[in-house]
Amino acid sequence: MNFTFSHRKITGLVAIVPSNERTFVDEMANFNFPLARSLKLKQVMGYDKHRIVDGPVCVSDLACFGLQHLFDRGLLDRDGFDALLVVTQSPDYFMPPTSSVIQGRLALKQDMFCMDINQGCAGFLFGLIQAFLILEQPGVHRAVVINADVLSRKVSTKDRNSYPLIGDAASITVIERSGDPAPIHANLKMDGRRREALMIPAGGFRLPSTPETAVLEDDGENNFRAKDNLRMDGSAVFNFVQVEVPPMIEDLLKTACVTADEVDYFLFHQPNRFMLEKLADKMKVPYEKMPSNIVEHFGNSSGVTVPLVIAYNLRERIVTGTIRACLAGFGVGLTWSSMLLRLGPLNFCDLIDFQ
Amino acid sequence: MKTVAEVLRDIRPEFDFTASADFIADGMLDSFDLTILVSELDKLYGISIAGVDILPENFKDIAAIERLLHNYVGKP
Repeated sequence: MNFTFSHRKITGLVAIVPSNERTFVDEMANFNFPLARSLKLKQVMGYDKHRIVDGPVCVSDLACFGLQHLFDRGLLDRDGFDALLVVTQSPDYFMPPTSSVIQGRLALKQDMFCMDINQGCAGFLFGLIQAFLILEQPGVHRAVVINADVLSRKVSTKDRNSYPLIGDAASITVIERSGDPAPIHANLKMDGRRREALMIPAGGFRLPSTPETAVLEDDGENNFRAKDNLRMDGSAVFNFVQVEVPPMIEDLLKTACVTADEVDYFLFHQPNRFMLEKLADKMKVPYEKMPSNIVEHFGNSSGVTVPLVIAYNLRERIVTGTIRACLAGFGVGLTWSSMLLRLGPLNFCDLIDFQ
Repeated sequence: MKTVAEVLRDIRPEFDFTASADFIADGMLDSFDLTILVSELDKLYGISIAGVDILPENFKDIAAIERLLHNYVGKP
């Protein structure tokens, strides 16, 4: 499905990461694997450090911290936005929506459109698309998209498949109407038939959590996780990404009549370094135009890795100038989405630690 | 230059790869070993094995791996 927007602009972005940093080397003892193999994997996949919440920190905690940071510095007025879209797979509660929790905790105005979106690795793009759509309404002058997840709380520490790369993070993105008629192209595809490749089997209404769902099970490769934990079929996800993402980007660029050489940066979701380098090779994109350094510094925080890769690598550049960026997210659902737009100059772009 | 068998032995020295017809089914290579193997072969032969080629059937035995490499570099 293709989308085209115009007169829309990202005007500010802040990424929030927990200050609690863990290292792969310190955690290797948790995994039932020889040291040499784990170290080799560290090198190939880019496992090094990851930021995860310390204790029962929730999405609304990260989001309120980030919004208060913006309010305190005069970067965003607490009454200055009319839509609050929260993209997360780890809500504070089943009900009420986390967007309502954030609105209430910060005493935001009642004249506001609050909505949660349950999306993962492509979630940042879903949030942007929804914000662009809601800005069609004359009553909505500015939208805030919060993309946040604390999925480390749902990953088994004995699952080498997932735990070394998991990260927690949040991002706050401000979107407004602009006078720029330049088109923003986006596309997305979804395939729910492959939904079990990435899932948390228990804890919802289909399979409520019980003592049985908390029992650790071997996945056949010495990774131990329970039905209450996040489960990833790494091979299936890898194959999905390599098969589906390159043609999606090719279609996007073709629709926009833009060549890959004319794109300054390919700012993709960050599953691991190996997967991104294989994508870059397939797309014949130089590695320096497709940064893959988020997993090694922060871990994979699902959809938040897209704003995080922007804030970590390009924040000075897009505050003062403009880049043509191709964004992409792919994962849980399964879902894959991409967007071509100009980024910058932004009013602010920052990366802060959650204390 | 190392042979495919030598690369495999470096990754999983505890196994005899000449004695198996299916490394994956026999539990000699898991998905992470495949990742490491591809990374090693890429470096060794100066190639980039495409992500869509990283399938269990292309790594089930030494002959299958050599056939795959043949597509990238000729006879390894």
